[in-house]
Amino acid sequence: MPITANILVKKKSKQLKWHRKHLLGLRELSAEEIGYILDTAVGFEQVSTRSVKKAPPLRGKVVVNLFFEDSTRTRNSFALAANRLSADIIEFTKKTSSVSKGETLLDTARNLEAMGIDIVVVRHNAGGASRFLSRNVNACVVNAGDGFCEHPTQGLLDVYTIRKIKGTLEGLKIAIVGDVAHSRVARSDMWAMTKLGAEVTFVGPPTLMPAQAERLPVKVSYCLDEVIEKVDVINMLRIQFERLGGNPFPSIREYSHYFGLTAERMKRAKGNILVMHPGPINRGLEIESEVADGRNSVILEQVTNGLAVRMAVLFLVNQAAAQRVD
Amino acid sequence: MKVILDSRQIERIVEDLAARIVSDVPAGSDIATIGVRSRGEVLAQRLSSRLAEKLGKDVPCGTLDITLYRDDLNSPQGAGQPQVRTTEIGFDIDGKVIILVDDVLHTGRSTRAAMDALIDLGRPMAVKLAVLVDRLGRELPIQADYAGYMCDAAADKLVQVRFVEPDGKDEVVIE
Repeated sequence: MPITANILVKKKSKQLKWHRKHLLGLRELSAEEIGYILDTAVGFEQVSTRSVKKAPPLRGKVVVNLFFEDSTRTRNSFALAANRLSADIIEFTKKTSSVSKGETLLDTARNLEAMGIDIVVVRHNAGGASRFLSRNVNACVVNAGDGFCEHPTQGLLDVYTIRKIKGTLEGLKIAIVGDVAHSRVARSDMWAMTKLGAEVTFVGPPTLMPAQAERLPVKVSYCLDEVIEKVDVINMLRIQFERLGGNPFPSIREYSHYFGLTAERMKRAKGNILVMHPGPINRGLEIESEVADGRNSVILEQVTNGLAVRMAVLFLVNQAAAQRVD
Repeated sequence: MKVILDSRQIERIVEDLAARIVSDVPAGSDIATIGVRSRGEVLAQRLSSRLAEKLGKDVPCGTLDITLYRDDLNSPQGAGQPQVRTTEIGFDIDGKVIILVDDVLHTGRSTRAAMDALIDLGRPMAVKLAVLVDRLGRELPIQADYAGYMCDAAADKLVQVRFVEPDGKDEVVIE
């Protein structure tokens, strides 16, 4: 990051004090709070590049990865982030736990808490699961994806990646394309991007748009070809077949034809457009391999930045808990 | 508020620190300065250019953020909420004589944190501590190799170093 940008960042976020011991969603955060997390993450990037890839701020703390849904990137990223901050980490997955014997979310969490955990990172298929947990346990709660609601650390790493390359989100035009209806990433992105001053357009077939999209702070388009030329950033979403009900589009081929990011379509995009994808990618469906691996793609940078962002989040919620007077 | 050092005195002290470091460090050793954020950063830059003049070669300068290494991070009595910033050291510290630079040496806790942070970056040949103001009140067995000014301010006072770059003026005051 250029030195001048760094100085500006420092001045802007000096007054803010972080007081949240939970990170449940980006909707409730102010632009300043989002900026503060991003600024903090900048300081964590270098921990991963030096000779000892570990720092001590969470030494003696225990983080639980409480995942009721499958995940590769998010779970491993949180685990590595916790490790790099010197915390101990407990891995919990639904399949190998007592949940398969009928234990509820709350009982599972309370039992883990009885072992003396400090931070719960939770992913659950029910919207609001992390908020429910935050009201019922003493530990810090970090939402790693709840239903169709939010996936705040993904939203943060997306805006972090954009800010790092473009300098700011102010005035950028961003398209979020595909299965918006089932995407918590789209929602967290929308909150973070619009709060930071970008203009967001949801693009996809009407059947994959969220209900009452007109009440959200976004534009809606059903035609990717109308949007592709105008945007600075395009975020491609995976079709979440596991959540689809009915037939939202006639065939995969037809969907790809109208909403896939092909090399052909990319020719009409701005030369410096950023191509993003939260993963996992279905190559050839929503994005062609040539584009996913092309020079505009920042898909792997997103993953790298996710680590710094998650370190920042774990650090901040733990700080808020440690310095709370109650 | 009492001014204990003005800009001319600060200039002389920096000059003197540089002279002592040059006479002390074995000839031919690879020397670099690393300043502790944020006032140590400015002092390290000044020291670095003085050392470069005297030695007739480049003396690289870096900045160390010690937030992640502080010992009061998890204590409710901690000094509020420190912001994590970046460590910017654009050279390899292995095998170098590192002059660790801070504005005020007081309890010694920042220096302890800085040494731990430094060791995670590599293995310097030696680490020496240079400070502008050496103040009574050590809580750890740490001392400066090069101290500019000794100060016996009472425990409840604040010794503040100000530099032109961030503060508009060079001075050291007791508040």
